Amino acid sequence: MKFRTFAIFVGPSVFMMLLFIAFPLISVFKQSFYVTQPVYDQVTVETCTPGFLKQICTSEVKSQPRLDANGAPVTQTRFVGLQSYRNVLEPDRAWAALSRWDLSTLLTIDFWKALRFTVMFTLVTLPLVLVTGLAIAVAVNNATKSLRGPLIFVSLLPFIITPVIGALSIRWLFIGDGIMTAFLEWALGHNISVFANAWAIEALMYFYRVWHVAPFAFVIFYAGLQTVNQDTLESAIIDGASRWQRLRYVVIPHLMPLIVFVSLIHLMDSYRVFDEIVGFASQAYVISLQWLTYDLLTPDDSGTRAISRASASAMLTMIGIVILLIPLLRKTWRDHKSQVH
Amino acid sequence: MLMKRLVLAGAISLLAGTAYADCAFENKMEIKSLTAGFAAWKAVTDAMAECGNVQAELDQEFRKKQPDAFAANPSLYDIGGVANSTILPLLAAGTIRPLDDYVAKYGQQLKPNQLIKVDGKTMAIAMDVNAQHLMYRSDILGDLGIAAPKTYDDVLAAAAKIKAAGVVDYPLGGTYKTGWNLAEEFVNMYLGNGGTFTDANNMPTINNDAGVKSLETMKALTAYMDPEYLVSDSTYVQQQFQQGKIAMANLWATRAAAMNDAAESQVVGKVTMAAAPMGSVRPASSLWWDGIVIAKNISDAKAEDAFRVAMEGIDKDMVQANNDVAVWLIDGYVPGPLAAGAAATAAAGAVPYPASAQMSIMHTALGNGVADYLTGAKDAKTTLADIEAAYTTAAKEAGLIK
Repeated sequence: MKFRTFAIFVGPSVFMMLLFIAFPLISVFKQSFYVTQPVYDQVTVETCTPGFLKQICTSEVKSQPRLDANGAPVTQTRFVGLQSYRNVLEPDRAWAALSRWDLSTLLTIDFWKALRFTVMFTLVTLPLVLVTGLAIAVAVNNATKSLRGPLIFVSLLPFIITPVIGALSIRWLFIGDGIMTAFLEWALGHNISVFANAWAIEALMYFYRVWHVAPFAFVIFYAGLQTVNQDTLESAIIDGASRWQRLRYVVIPHLMPLIVFVSLIHLMDSYRVFDEIVGFASQAYVISLQWLTYDLLTPDDSGTRAISRASASAMLTMIGIVILLIPLLRKTWRDHKSQVH
Repeated sequence: MLMKRLVLAGAISLLAGTAYADCAFENKMEIKSLTAGFAAWKAVTDAMAECGNVQAELDQEFRKKQPDAFAANPSLYDIGGVANSTILPLLAAGTIRPLDDYVAKYGQQLKPNQLIKVDGKTMAIAMDVNAQHLMYRSDILGDLGIAAPKTYDDVLAAAAKIKAAGVVDYPLGGTYKTGWNLAEEFVNMYLGNGGTFTDANNMPTINNDAGVKSLETMKALTAYMDPEYLVSDSTYVQQQFQQGKIAMANLWATRAAAMNDAAESQVVGKVTMAAAPMGSVRPASSLWWDGIVIAKNISDAKAEDAFRVAMEGIDKDMVQANNDVAVWLIDGYVPGPLAAGAAATAAAGAVPYPASAQMSIMHTALGNGVADYLTGAKDAKTTLADIEAAYTTAAKEAGLIK
């Protein structure tokens, strides 16, 4: 392909990636090293607010932002180096807890609490998604032709549901005396409070994510199954290979590139776990790294946001994803090189 | 049935479209308002709409949009609905205008109590007050021979008796949802125990005996609540009450009317409104107000119209039509039994919520931190120390601590 043709094809995409991914990333990276804050003056202010019958006036020293000639607040931006990262990671407290082997204290620090859940969530759901997806794909592939269409449609349904809505519906099934809780209470004969237990919420989150993402793995694997070499399969049958041996030695090696692909996508997606935290309102027990960034960015009643810490937290999340992806990317790279030679 | 409802809805919307009669003047300019979405705001914005050309946006998440929308030039909204704390970002950014001239011209009916003054200038017009106060099932307490609880010790003793009698699922309800609600419960309890949140240098001051006592009372109460208390917000507690699942709760005055709403409630007429239980110093509650502000970045003529529309929204007719929806500050309001709880709480000496930029940061830190004590992850002292540390980090980043 001529360079000019290549450039015309790739140009728009490169431009979009620069505009919507690279520049914001650089800006967030920069913001994580700076702090912008209003300049406050200590002034005495008299404030009158309503009581029920008479007004309550108080005069007190308040920190008031300084306004410029146009009435906009004066802000100053300072370089703070790695301070925002230190504020997120809290290395002193983390190290103090670690050196005593006191894991439960370490896990009360927001970042480490979020990291524990995020990593565990990612690593626990990955094999479950792969196995469930493959199992459904093999099952559908072996079903009679007339059943396949409806089966595929039904299996895909969870994937079509908007993630937050799906999480909310599961929550409503289980919260308080929701249908599922009421059923379990009736079946087991004692009172159950699913949302009072950290482990129960966490288990529901794992279940929900696997239920939601397995159809994606299924579709990919099902497509891959259509291209398995039938001659190899037949010769395996003639050689006396059992159903399991055929799956293990013929089908799975054939699907390997797809398994790596699904794993890559799933790792990237589930490391950014967020919908479950909001949907299940689980902040008291379980938080994730992405939720931490969101929480820092949410303005409080006075409109204050922790933008610097949010930037630092976002950068740390990205670094985490890259570290998780390294083994898989190295494998892909090695395979690629061995094919070239 | 459905058809009948549709016809009825159509008829009502027609009525709403043509009912200019109740407005003192005909509004020519396009006026937009952004307020919270609860019943009191619905009543006020409906009354504003009578003047015509009014576009009301009611949104419970208004606090996230309001500062940026008012900072635009021209402002995206003319009238804003605020409370103690949500007025702060607008004041700080200077995006709302002083109302003294308009009050002199069109606001003779306003009571002095309604004028929110900052540094001598009227910046907002208050319309109602709101507070969390005790609501209890008078039938249950009466049957069991329990006197109306005055302090949290009384509440705990009553809860123990109700639990022993087994007449409801859970003796207590609580708005203990992690985040804003849970923090508000701590704020109430800590104010009741006479605490202050920050000192003159904006340093945190909650790690003390009053703080520990507040946490301990909260934890003692949770023993009598639905174990899922960390996900229960005001609406959830209201529903628990309406469905007869709980017997007592410290709930918002704006929720009182729902107890007697026969369409939703199975406990009509059985819930008594009482003062918030006493802490060691004053009632464990904080007073809030809701009110109206006018944007700065609009023309003076438009602001004047917006103010006149707002006055129509909070006039006597509106209050008389919606008497029990809120504890109104407006002339013409007749405090009924539903307002008794809020009135008694204020009379017993509850203080206003100490809204400020540093208090908002403290509120967020409390909302994220208090749950660790209730779940048993930390002891009280560590919990408070960690909340102070989280506050300090955030306040430094916001520039409030040097």
